[in-house]
Amino acid sequence: MSNTPHITRRGLLRAAALAPVAGALAACATPAQQAPAASAAPAATSASNPFGVVANKPLEIWIFDGGFGNAYATDIHQPLFKTKYPQVEIKHNSTKEITKVLQPRFAGGNPPEVIDNSGANAMDMGALAQDGQLQDLTPLLDAPSWDDPNTKVRDILDPAVAEFGTYDGKFSVLGYVNYIHGIWYSQKVFRDNGWAVPKTWDEFLALCETIKKSGKMAPFTYAGKHPQYLYEPLLTMAAKIGGNEVLVNIDNLEDGAWSAEPVKQAAEAWAEVGAKYLMQGTTGLDHVQTQTAQNKYQVAMLPSGSWLENEQKDTTPDDFEYGMFAIPDFTASDKMPYGTLHTQPGESFIVSAKSANPQAGMEYLRAMLSKKAAGDFSELVRTVSVVKGAGEGRDLTPGAKSATEALTAAGANTVYYRWRTWYAQLHDEAVAATGQLMSGGVTPAKYVERLQKKADEIKNDSAIKKYTR
Amino acid sequence: MFNTYRRGLFITAFLAAPVTLYLVYVISPYIQAFYIATTDWRGVSATPNFIGLDNFVRLFSDGIFWKAVTHNAALLVLLPLFTIVIALFFAFLLNVGSGGRGVAGVPGSKVYRVVFFFPQVLAVTVVAVLFQQVFRPDDSGMLNGPLMALGLSPISFLSDPGIAFWSVLGVMVWQAVGFYVVLFSAGLASIPRDMFEAAAIDGAGRVSLFFRITLPLLWDTVQVAWVYLGILALDVFAIVWVMTDQQGGPDYSTTVMATEIYRNAFEYFRFGYASALGVVMFFFTIGFAILSLRLSRRERIEY
Repeated sequence: MSNTPHITRRGLLRAAALAPVAGALAACATPAQQAPAASAAPAATSASNPFGVVANKPLEIWIFDGGFGNAYATDIHQPLFKTKYPQVEIKHNSTKEITKVLQPRFAGGNPPEVIDNSGANAMDMGALAQDGQLQDLTPLLDAPSWDDPNTKVRDILDPAVAEFGTYDGKFSVLGYVNYIHGIWYSQKVFRDNGWAVPKTWDEFLALCETIKKSGKMAPFTYAGKHPQYLYEPLLTMAAKIGGNEVLVNIDNLEDGAWSAEPVKQAAEAWAEVGAKYLMQGTTGLDHVQTQTAQNKYQVAMLPSGSWLENEQKDTTPDDFEYGMFAIPDFTASDKMPYGTLHTQPGESFIVSAKSANPQAGMEYLRAMLSKKAAGDFSELVRTVSVVKGAGEGRDLTPGAKSATEALTAAGANTVYYRWRTWYAQLHDEAVAATGQLMSGGVTPAKYVERLQKKADEIKNDSAIKKYTR
Repeated sequence: MFNTYRRGLFITAFLAAPVTLYLVYVISPYIQAFYIATTDWRGVSATPNFIGLDNFVRLFSDGIFWKAVTHNAALLVLLPLFTIVIALFFAFLLNVGSGGRGVAGVPGSKVYRVVFFFPQVLAVTVVAVLFQQVFRPDDSGMLNGPLMALGLSPISFLSDPGIAFWSVLGVMVWQAVGFYVVLFSAGLASIPRDMFEAAAIDGAGRVSLFFRITLPLLWDTVQVAWVYLGILALDVFAIVWVMTDQQGGPDYSTTVMATEIYRNAFEYFRFGYASALGVVMFFFTIGFAILSLRLSRRERIEY
């Protein structure tokens, strides 16, 4: 009868062996099918209430708490919205982990109304669009603007916004910030050393040589751990050499889009910079480390976007004076003129189609696009918004000013690409390959070949949804 | 009779809660993963489509996943090998290693035993972030700083695809060794001292003490260590995800199965496909567990 339980060594081992497997799989869970919350009938619409916001229905807002923080929402946007709808209860939230927090809400059928779906952990817009989770925001474009009932929202926005936010033929994502890409430097350093902003690629290489010889600092760096910071100027240069269609072809997964001559020439140009002029250790440093090195005057130039100045505000010396210049002319026969810029609406706001109160969500976005909200925002977070003229008469910082001037100078010569968000797998491959290109691991010819192969793979994969522009 | 019934009831009462938890949080996710693996679920839809075995067919031509599998396989061999060799060496020195008479460790062995255990106390994420700094490629790196001060060129521990894998392996060994030193020390303590003393009197040096006495009598413990480390090698995730460039890079040179599952699920939003990868990983791990239990079947030595 004395049958005490006995744990054998093998039994213990078996249990130990199984436990971690369980952990690996336990992360997934099947979606729960749930009837979508029936939206209450919207209130009557009018010129001042174009979407029919019900006066007392709550509105839930999630802000990505990244480089811009979330004070702009609580201090600028929400008070403005409240002036018109004092009875609407606003539930404000912010997180750095949009996907982890909100994806279960979508799968469970009760998503929040407004989401700033941005940052490294943003939800995949393509997956959301494919599943009908994005509210069609076309009525927002056609609604009267917050400030002036005679002007449509569409007319006060940078035209790229509508183009960029369109998924499956429906405008459903509102980019709020205008990201302007270029090569960033310290205006003070350039002035003190008598270095001039290069207008041609030869001048750029000569400048790199001068800086290298001066021994004062390294000529160039980029966020080596995140090589997407470098494929950006590479592709902008390819577009400059071969025209905007280079990027359109890449986006549309056209045959031979990556192996086209302009892409190869740009790859060769940047591989030379990688081989000769990089700051030591670049490939192992991230964006914060390289940008901080620039603030410490260890390196002269790096590629980045107009968020840079705000991101670095804590480490930048007071007299640093950020400046930005466009990608120099590669040859005199470039298809696009000097000053061509890569601009792209960012900080993507969406309204969930299956939320309880999408009308209020759209109205919130309309408030955000008022001149006051956009202008206050630009000033608070030192950046350029997509609302035309919102920065006028505002006291902009040197970097924001420089970027705004470059944008004005570029005029209609702006380019962009969208494959990065459309095809995440291609992005990862480009990141891996670009890192290799800059450290000499692959030749420019192999580089374009490799990306062409991945693009073809994606094109032939029926499970991946395709987009065109 | 009644006693047996009472006893059964007693056991059932105690087991009910853990078994329920196990069913809900372990077994049911397993089964769900098998189901999700046969769908095209992208994580947001409430109604995924059934697509049969398409995900598994796709998986066979996924070069990156198979690269990840080879990395896991390499870790499966190398991690236990290095960790056990180093841990045995230290455990031997700490317990039997003193050159003089009697069975004792090298001087200061009590302190070393604690110091070796330190890495085990740190959370994996902390270790990963710590080693990012240790491996920094500029003069603020703990390893590259001295190298550069000596006028040598810095080593790209994490940014050279040819070196990064070895850096990951090095960190994993560093973290694991302490625990196995303690495990082997416990094993050594259970070996009767007179065996060492008898061997020493017969003129055995440190080397033959180790190979003729310590290793054979510790064989059971070494096997346990081998299985534990094998499992660690198969489900490594956090070190790679947090420490390496581009989470498994550069150029996928450090990626492992778990990171590819995570990438497909939470970056590409291909939950169906990621579950299929998870199912494959499940069979690899189960296969390893069965294999190692079969191979480790052996008579016990009674003292």
